[in-house]
Amino acid sequence: MVDSFACTFLATELDARSGICSVVEQLRVMGLPEAHANDVQIVLAEAVNNVVEHAYASDLPGDVRIRCNLNKKQLWINIHDDGGPLPEGKLPAGNPIDLSVPTEELPEGGFGWFLIRELTSEIQYIRKDGNNQLSLCFEISTAGI
Amino acid sequence: MSLTSTMNDSTQIVTVNAERIDAAIAIQFKEDMRSETESGASRVILDLSEVKFIDSSGLGAIVAAMKQLGASRKLDLAGLTPMVDKVFRLTRMDTVFDLYASLNDATAVGNT
Repeated sequence: MVDSFACTFLATELDARSGICSVVEQLRVMGLPEAHANDVQIVLAEAVNNVVEHAYASDLPGDVRIRCNLNKKQLWINIHDDGGPLPEGKLPAGNPIDLSVPTEELPEGGFGWFLIRELTSEIQYIRKDGNNQLSLCFEISTAGI
Repeated sequence: MSLTSTMNDSTQIVTVNAERIDAAIAIQFKEDMRSETESGASRVILDLSEVKFIDSSGLGAIVAAMKQLGASRKLDLAGLTPMVDKVFRLTRMDTVFDLYASLNDATAVGNT
């Protein structure tokens, strides 16, 4: 059995916040275990923030369209937008940030893709017809939770 | 979001009155921290016990708050809830800050 739902919100920081919260709440209602819901919220926030801050950076904010498919083993979240492509049209490496630097040189950003890669099992990115389609997979285990 | 603080001796405790430090308030948080910590306490403890969620923008804002204190002053973090704690550990920011499970733990260290 697969449960799915979709939602759309405007790519502004405040609409993104309420959109992220409502997606996570809906997934909880559909039975996503709490431990996974936390990881999903972290990843969703980073991915949607990227759309707000980068994809639509030079345009008026457009739509962020989210579709979720949840079965007993996996959760797939698809995020679509009509903004600019990812740098070089591909997924960033998301390497760990080097923190062995003097305090005044510590990075104040750049953690997003690392968190996304760390907490997902699979990521797909398609640039097509002026759209970004990012698909994020989470393995769901109910054992031991 | 608001910040409230108390001072004793050379320590200032700043409490974050918000459930989220996310992209929507990261810049405001950084600016509020700047004005809130102007008094010059040598140690600032940031009480995060009300914060249930932080994203990388919020994390960056806390790093910025530490940097704007300058080299002679210290920012410690207390009362990290599970999701906030997880983000700090995943990004290894737990190696940059001293993290305390509770505000009591953080203030106890200062008294020894």
